Amino acid sequence: MKAKEVPQEESILEGNRRACYAEDEHGRYVVVPSKGWEVEKIVNAQAHAEIDKHVEEARQEVLRGEASPLKYHMLKCQMTPGLLSATTGLWRWQVHRHFKPKVFASLKRPMLERYADAMKMNVEELCKAPHNIQPKNHIMPDETEKT
Amino acid sequence: MKQPFDHRHAAHCESGALSALLRNRGLDLSEPMVFGIGGGLFFLYMPFIKMGGIPLTAYRDAPRVIIKNICKRLGITLRTMRFRKPEDSMAELDRLLEKGIAVGLQASVFYLSYFPRDMRFQFNAHNLVVFGKEGDNYLISDPVFEHPVSCPADDLRRARFAKGIYAPKGLLYYPEKMPSSPDLKEPIKKAIRQTCGRMLNIPLPFVGVRGIRYLAREIERWPVKLGPEKAPLYLGSVIRMQEEIGTGGAGFRFMYTAFLQEASDLLGLPHVKDAAKMMSENGDLWREFAVKGARLCKGHETGKEIYNELAAIVRECADREEEIFRLLKKAV
Repeated sequence: MKAKEVPQEESILEGNRRACYAEDEHGRYVVVPSKGWEVEKIVNAQAHAEIDKHVEEARQEVLRGEASPLKYHMLKCQMTPGLLSATTGLWRWQVHRHFKPKVFASLKRPMLERYADAMKMNVEELCKAPHNIQPKNHIMPDETEKT
Repeated sequence: MKQPFDHRHAAHCESGALSALLRNRGLDLSEPMVFGIGGGLFFLYMPFIKMGGIPLTAYRDAPRVIIKNICKRLGITLRTMRFRKPEDSMAELDRLLEKGIAVGLQASVFYLSYFPRDMRFQFNAHNLVVFGKEGDNYLISDPVFEHPVSCPADDLRRARFAKGIYAPKGLLYYPEKMPSSPDLKEPIKKAIRQTCGRMLNIPLPFVGVRGIRYLAREIERWPVKLGPEKAPLYLGSVIRMQEEIGTGGAGFRFMYTAFLQEASDLLGLPHVKDAAKMMSENGDLWREFAVKGARLCKGHETGKEIYNELAAIVRECADREEEIFRLLKKAV
């Protein structure tokens, strides 16, 4: 790839640039910063759409009263029951059990805090799933300012 | 606490982080050199190891292999530590920074708040270098970023203790002892021989050149086996591993071209120079695969023919890589 062929397209990098290796005018491969490439944008969006699909399914389940908000937030954080159990230090079967709305409703504050801390949110957020769809690709609440 | 740190933009986190740590201790090796001597180039397609329901594809060797190989080959002693308690690991990090030592860390991308939102996936094997602390923020030379960044302590702690596959367990590392001007010729030859061997001679269908051919066969089967919904997902995942995660383009093939160019300067072997040229063209072909594949993922193309066309490109890449590594094997 020649340096001038390095894509400089609108993409997922939010103003950052990624390092590509490309051939300069002397035929040497050097780092050439790239603003982004449509290809990576497409495959990234595809991966996020797949995650979002499951998040949305879970949100509907919560609204229908078939699942607890815990399931929704877990998927929102791109976690599996296995990963959430490892992060909280709970058993996997406990996590699965807490997906039941009734069981979740009976959880005590310390347990809720444990989940909330694992997913970096507060207990109030943990206990509800949004009625309206949130903006796309919202990953975590209270994002810190980007540097 | 802040020390001067020479930050340089890199394509891949592991080779970039180690190159930065060595450079700031007086051993200036480029990222491609670290990647090449570390034997980073590889290919693997594992149909039965699935991540999120999709087979694992990798254009490189497993995490930490590059670091392990280069330390062994150049005689670098790397001090590494893992921790059980997050508090201990953060205290140790602060202590080292106080002493003026820049520290390499393994961390999960998901918790690093300076990453663009769309790039924050649960991936635990990211590498970065911490070189200072200002208040509650750590100053970070993240190799894949153009400029140094900073990260709140709480986020960094979470990133260092994320659970799951490749859990970092607070891993930190820094070079303790290293030669000031090591001989590179022998290590380069050894590394090239190793990469040739791994690409050509492993008798498994899923790795090396065989793995690339296996992927080509699989691509042909996808539209029938998986159906129109799942097949583009599988394809998209391959392209992401090639282009979206930091590879420097074409699944590390362009970075390896840079390495072969530097290597041929040092070794003075014309065949290595030829191989560099061939690797560059091979990279262009991989890019073509990505462009055509992405068009399919976007839904512009459907039908079996396009999958066959993609498979033909991948097969051509396999043929070219076989030729390149046979040439390199003879040359060194």
